[in-house]
Order: sequence, then structure tokens, then C-alpha cells
Amino acid sequence: MAFRLRLVPAQTNIDFFRWQFLTFGFSTILAVLSVVFLLIFGLNFGIDFRGGTTIRTESTQAIDVGVYREALQPLGLGDVAISEVFDPTFRDDQFVSQVRISAQDGVESVTPETISAVEAALKAVDPAITFPSVESVGPKVSGELIKTAIYAVLASLVAISFYIWVRFEWQFAIGAIVSLVHDVLITMGIFSLFQIKFDLTTIAALLTIVGYSINDTVVVFDRLRENLMKYKKRPLRDLMNLSVNETLSRTLMTSGTTLVALIALLVLGGDVIRSFVFAITFGILIGTYSSVYVAKNVVLWLGVKRDWSKKDPKEVGSPFSGAEVD
Amino acid sequence: MLQIDRWKRILIIGICLLGLAYAMPNLFYKRVEAHNDAVATIEKTGVTTPELEAARDGWPGWLPNGLVNLGLDLRGGAHLLGEVKVEQVYKSRMDSLWPELRSALAAERATVGAIRRVPAEDGVLKIEIGNPEQLARAVEIVRGFSEPVTTLSGAGQTSLAISAAGNTITIQLSDAEKAVTDDRTIQQSLEIIRRRVDEVGTREPTIMRQGEDRVLIQVPGIGSAAELKALIGTTAKLTFNPVVGTGGDPDARVGIGQVVLPSADQDGIYYTIEETPVVTGEELTDALPSTDQNGLPAVDFRFNPTGARKFGAYTSANVGQPFAIVLDDQVISAPVIRQAITTGSGQISGSMDYEEANRLAVLLRAGALPAELNFLEERTVGPELGQDSVDAGRIASAVGFAAVIVLMVLSYGMFGVFAAVALGVNMVLVFAILSIIGATLTLPGIAGIVLTIGMAVDANVLVFERIREELRTARGPARAIELGYERAMSAIVDANITTLIIAAILFVLGSGPVKGFAVTLSIGIVTSVFTALFVTRLITVFWFERARPRHIEV
Repeated sequence: MAFRLRLVPAQTNIDFFRWQFLTFGFSTILAVLSVVFLLIFGLNFGIDFRGGTTIRTESTQAIDVGVYREALQPLGLGDVAISEVFDPTFRDDQFVSQVRISAQDGVESVTPETISAVEAALKAVDPAITFPSVESVGPKVSGELIKTAIYAVLASLVAISFYIWVRFEWQFAIGAIVSLVHDVLITMGIFSLFQIKFDLTTIAALLTIVGYSINDTVVVFDRLRENLMKYKKRPLRDLMNLSVNETLSRTLMTSGTTLVALIALLVLGGDVIRSFVFAITFGILIGTYSSVYVAKNVVLWLGVKRDWSKKDPKEVGSPFSGAEVD
Repeated sequence: MLQIDRWKRILIIGICLLGLAYAMPNLFYKRVEAHNDAVATIEKTGVTTPELEAARDGWPGWLPNGLVNLGLDLRGGAHLLGEVKVEQVYKSRMDSLWPELRSALAAERATVGAIRRVPAEDGVLKIEIGNPEQLARAVEIVRGFSEPVTTLSGAGQTSLAISAAGNTITIQLSDAEKAVTDDRTIQQSLEIIRRRVDEVGTREPTIMRQGEDRVLIQVPGIGSAAELKALIGTTAKLTFNPVVGTGGDPDARVGIGQVVLPSADQDGIYYTIEETPVVTGEELTDALPSTDQNGLPAVDFRFNPTGARKFGAYTSANVGQPFAIVLDDQVISAPVIRQAITTGSGQISGSMDYEEANRLAVLLRAGALPAELNFLEERTVGPELGQDSVDAGRIASAVGFAAVIVLMVLSYGMFGVFAAVALGVNMVLVFAILSIIGATLTLPGIAGIVLTIGMAVDANVLVFERIREELRTARGPARAIELGYERAMSAIVDANITTLIIAAILFVLGSGPVKGFAVTLSIGIVTSVFTALFVTRLITVFWFERARPRHIEV
């Protein structure tokens, strides 16, 4: 087996900081744009977070959204969004649509009457229609779901930075957090820009991105720590470049296998989880980028104390408090 | 050198084989499922039919029979999240306290004066007394109805919170009693829901408490959430009421405190009953199908002491009169009292067959929900959509798996093959663990598995890349492999622990599908570390020992 697929040459010597202002600018612009998108467009919250009802319809007849809308008009349900779903995994005679009804005024819980009225109205215009899934979330629960989702994201950021701080040093923890926030923010920006449905599973996707991105970052940090011990005198910047170069083939290989598996899921996994898989796929790309271009730049700016035998001139005591910039 | 002790080798291979054994039933899902159902039915009913035997013998009993539980989104079914309106119980407690209080206070009418219940919000009992100077005496009487609450935190507290001002006494449940009551209400609700859902005999329903006052109900294989709601019933209430009359007119004129209710099984028969029940289902402790003295199907029941006392007093005063057993505003049965029932147990007999007796016993036992359920969330997934998702997930996993293997073999040659074998073992172990712990596989769970397929090779990649580096310093293949594993270790540990932290947070804070994703993700992380560090290494060592290469290429 002589042939080997090499995603990167055996030995690379790329100066990742050469373009640091460009990459930093790129990251900053993306992050700022994401915030702007979030402020302007907001997120397309699914019923998990907004309350309401989603009915999935399926028919052997082609779907005319206009006809559906007219059929539902007399029910006076307020905001009704009907969208047709297209998917490569569907059969030729499979036509799927998504009917979203916002939470009804003054109704604490979900009324089966509303659902059956909608189902009856749609059956009247298309007798072949079936309702493979119906989901309703009351406004009380949706509020709580938002809260737990935010807690989950914050808790994971805190837990991870704590772990990194314990295993490495505080500069690494900050670098990791910055890159994680960067990844999450930009992914959310994409969700906002394209108005992709944002629900509970999207939060799971975001947390997975956090997990993956940190995984990537930690491998680089781990190598950096090893090199810091090996080459006591070399400048931090060189060591960082060395570490990233040394781990580059691993980074790209793992991202490659993960992406390959995810793309299979993205194409063949059906439309039900597509936005979820899309979030993870995009997040892995941005996470790989950030572990190379974001996390360690922050660490470089913060500096890392190098020589543990000497007491820190500024402060004697906590081994985590010193900083020294090469 | 590349040494692995013999016992370690046996252990690693043993774990893999064990994983294979436990994962295998999932390949024969339908057969194993039928086998398990048949075994359960035979055990429950004691009846063995040829069909059941055939189903049971479809899978050998000595093989593992644990299956990966398919979630609602993959199997179809209904999901409900209900909130138990616990405050309703406070109200009924106060309402039932009032008659007792009234008679106790009335006995002291000479001192406290006339008494009157005045309007107050639900769950609060306000009593005005005619003689304000004797308020202290009245409070003392009321206090006699307060009992100590036995809880860990509420020691020394009593069940009623009583305050008095002017000529008014305000009574409500104390906080400690409320907490105890809430807990009991939820437990009762869960029990009742469980019994009612069990009635339809569906497989593995999930009925559990969530948070303070919520219940989560997930029933696979049921057509819709609406159906499930109807099954559970939202206001079902069982009472035993005095019967005033029987007739065929639903609009019969009735006196104050009386209502007309239809018969549950006889069309056109209506009963006029006293609205205030003698005893309620909450005071029933047990009900069993049995036979009466003529050998006809009947139902035996038993009350708790309070219920027994009330029932005894009523039946001894009303021998020869009918009384109505009312469930959900329908009269199930209106037997005539033949004799006073003072023992707290009795029998309902009438025209019913064994099946009906059994059903009535279940209904009586299950009784009424102590408080209404308010549904906050409901989800229905049709079985076809579930099947589509399973198929899509299966194809995506297979394609992803193949693609990752191709990429690995192209990149690392022989070692890539080792990693591919380990990846296969990894998948087997994931399914084995899912089957053993009885975890539920959901659609995001499948996504978690596919993601694991991609990420599982990461530990291998770290090791292989490291071996490549070590080879460059030309220390010989054996040493390079060993150093590769050694040096990659800390990166592997750190990288996987951080991912595991995320998975744990997802598991704790997530609900439903997110939890399912967290489960497969964390299992995948653990098994992939195991396969990368032990299985791949063992394969490498086996190969190394046989081939004894002078030179290796990774």
C-alpha cells in the first residue's frame, strides 16, 4: 500500500500569524455581522421556543400552498405559516408541507379542537392528505425551554473553561472561550441570515459545535504545552506555529472524516433533522478554522508564563497569575 | 516494547465479543421484540397459546434479548407533558373540612354564636362567628382539626394555617402540608395515569414526574396525542352518591343539591342523585374482581378507615336503598344496599360479565385523578414518518461509515484498515451499551451516532499522526508505535473529556430528543476511546508480532 492520501504535506511550515490581522479582521467582521443579523432579522424560532403548533402534512397530490392558506383562512387562527418541504429522500409521489400556527391568544394549554379544525379544513381541500406529525407547545413551556437552553450553553462554556484552566492555564481558557463564543455566534448569525428554524435540537447542535471546537482547540493546546516544555527558549509565536503545523494533518483529517459522515447525514438523513445537521456541519467548519486562527491568537496576546523555576517578578504566589509576552 | 499481557488481550477480546452478543438482537429486531412480548404475556397471564409459543421460540432464550428502545420519533406515538393543578386539591380539602368544622362549631353555638362560611378564594376557608369575643375559643376548636405534618423539613408544623381577626377565622393548608399534599397528588396522578395507559396494553409507555408538578407521558404506538388525552381523562372523578330516583328523562326536575346523570351502560336510563358524595374514590384502597354468592362476576372493594366509617354510617341508615357509583359523571352501577357495610369492604354485583368486572375493578382501583391535568405540550409522530426516519438514518449511517473507512484506508493504509475494524467494533459496542442500559434511540440520537462515526476515528488519527512523527526520528517501528500511543494519550484524554462535559450538560439540561443525542454522543465518546486505545492497539500488536516488519509506513 504505497499510495497515501495526504490532506497536507508530511511537514508544513506555515506561519499562521502572518495573516493574523486579516484573519482576525475576518473573524471580527463575521462576528459583528452575526450580531447585526441577529438584531435585525432575529432568529426563526421553532415552536419549542415560541409556543404554537406545527402540523406536518403529507399527500400524494402536489401541494398548492395558496389553496391550503385559503382553506385555513376562515378558521381565524392568526399567524399561520405554510411551507412546502422538498427533500431528495422523498418518493416521487410524496408531497410534504409544514403548517405552523402560532400560540393562540389566552390559551394556556394546547387545544385539540384547533388541531382537528385545521386537519378537517385541509382534508376538505385534499382528501389524500395525512398528518404524520403534530406538535404543540404551550407558551409556558416554551419560555422555560428558552431559559434552560441558555443555561445549557452558558453552563457548558463555564464548565469547559474551568476544565481548561485546571488542565492548562487561564490564558488558554480565555482563548478557548473566545473561540467558542466566536463559533456559536457566527453559526447563530448564519441561522439568522437564512432564517433556518431554530429550536431545541439546534441548541443541541450548538453545544455539539462547542464540544467539537474545544476538542480541536485542546489538541493544539496540548501540543503547545508539550513544545513549551521541550523548547524552553523559543518564542511563543514560533512554538504556536510549530504546534499548529505539527497537528495540522490531524486537524484536517478528523474534520475530514467528521464532515464526510455529516454530509452523508445532511444529504440522506431526511428533512426532519436537516437544520440540526446543517448547524453541526457548519459549526465544524468554523470550529476547525477557529482552533487554528482564533484560540491561540488570543493566547499569544495574553502571553503565557514560560519559566516555572523563576518566581514571577510581578507577583509571587499563584502559579496561574503570571504572564509574560515574548 | 509492544507488549500486552495475555489477560489483557483476553479481556479486550472478551469485551468485544460480549458487545457483539448484546448488540446482535438488534439485527433481528422484529423477532426479538415478538419473543420479548410473548415471554412477558406468558408471564403475566400464565396462558400459553401456540402463537405465543411460536413467537417465544423465534429467539433462543439463552441469548441476550435486550433491544435498543426506539424513541417516539422513530416508532411513532404520542408525547404529552401535563401540569397537575395541585391547588385543586387544596380547594377540595377545604370544602370537605367545612361540614366537619361546622358541626364541631355548631356544638358550641352557645359560646361562639352563629357561624357562617363567607366567600374566599379557592383553597381558603373563611368562617365568621357571631360572637367575636369568643374568637379564641373558636380558633381552638378549629385547631383541633389540625394534625402534625411529618416531613423531614416540616418537623413541628401542623397541617392547617389558621389566622383570625375580628370575627373571621381564615383557614388554609400550611406550607408544609401543601408540599406533602402536592407530592401525594403527583404520585397519585402518576399511578392513575399509569394504570389507565396500561389498560391499552401498549409496549413500554414512559410515565414520569418532571419537576415540581409535571408529568411526562410518552406512549409509543398510539395514534395521536388527542387519543392519549381521552384515555387519561382530564377530570375523571369517582364518587359514591345517594340515589334519589331513576327515570328516563334527562331533564327531570331535581331538588337543590341534586343532579341527573346518565347510566354508563344502559341507554335511556337516568339517575337523580345527591350531588354531595358519601365517599369518594380517593378513600378507596383496593378493588378486585371476584364472584358473588351465586358465582356471578362481582367486584370486591375496600375503603380506608375514614371512608369505611362514612360508608358504614350511610349504609346502615339506608338499607334497601340504591346508591350510585359515579365515574366521570356517569353512573357505572347503582346497586341496592342489602346490609350495613361497616367493615370498610363491600361488593358490587350486578349484570356484568367477567371482563366488565375486571374493567370496573381497574377503574375503581385507578380511581379519579386527584386534580385536573393541564396539557402544556403534545407531540404526535405517525409510525410511517418514524419508519422513514429510521430508513434515512440507516442509509446515512452506512454511507457515512463507508466514506470514513475509505478516507482512513487511503490515508493510513494498513493502519487505516485497523482503524476501520475498530470503528466497526465501536458501532457494535454503542449498540450493545444502548441495549444493555435500555436507552432510547431518537432521531437526534441517530445523528449522534453518525457524528460519532466521524469523530470516533479522531483518537486513532491522533495516534497515527504521532506514530508518523516518531517514525521520522527513526527509532524503529516498534518504538515509534509505542511512543505514538504514549504521547497521543494526553491529547486524547483532554479532547474527549471536554466533549464528555458537553454531553453531560446536554443530558442534564436537555429534554426529550436532546437527551437522546447526549446519550449516544457520550456512549460514542467512551467506546471510541476504548476502541482506539485498546482494540486498534491490540490489532496492531497482533499484526506486528506476525509480520515483524523492519520498516512500517503509516
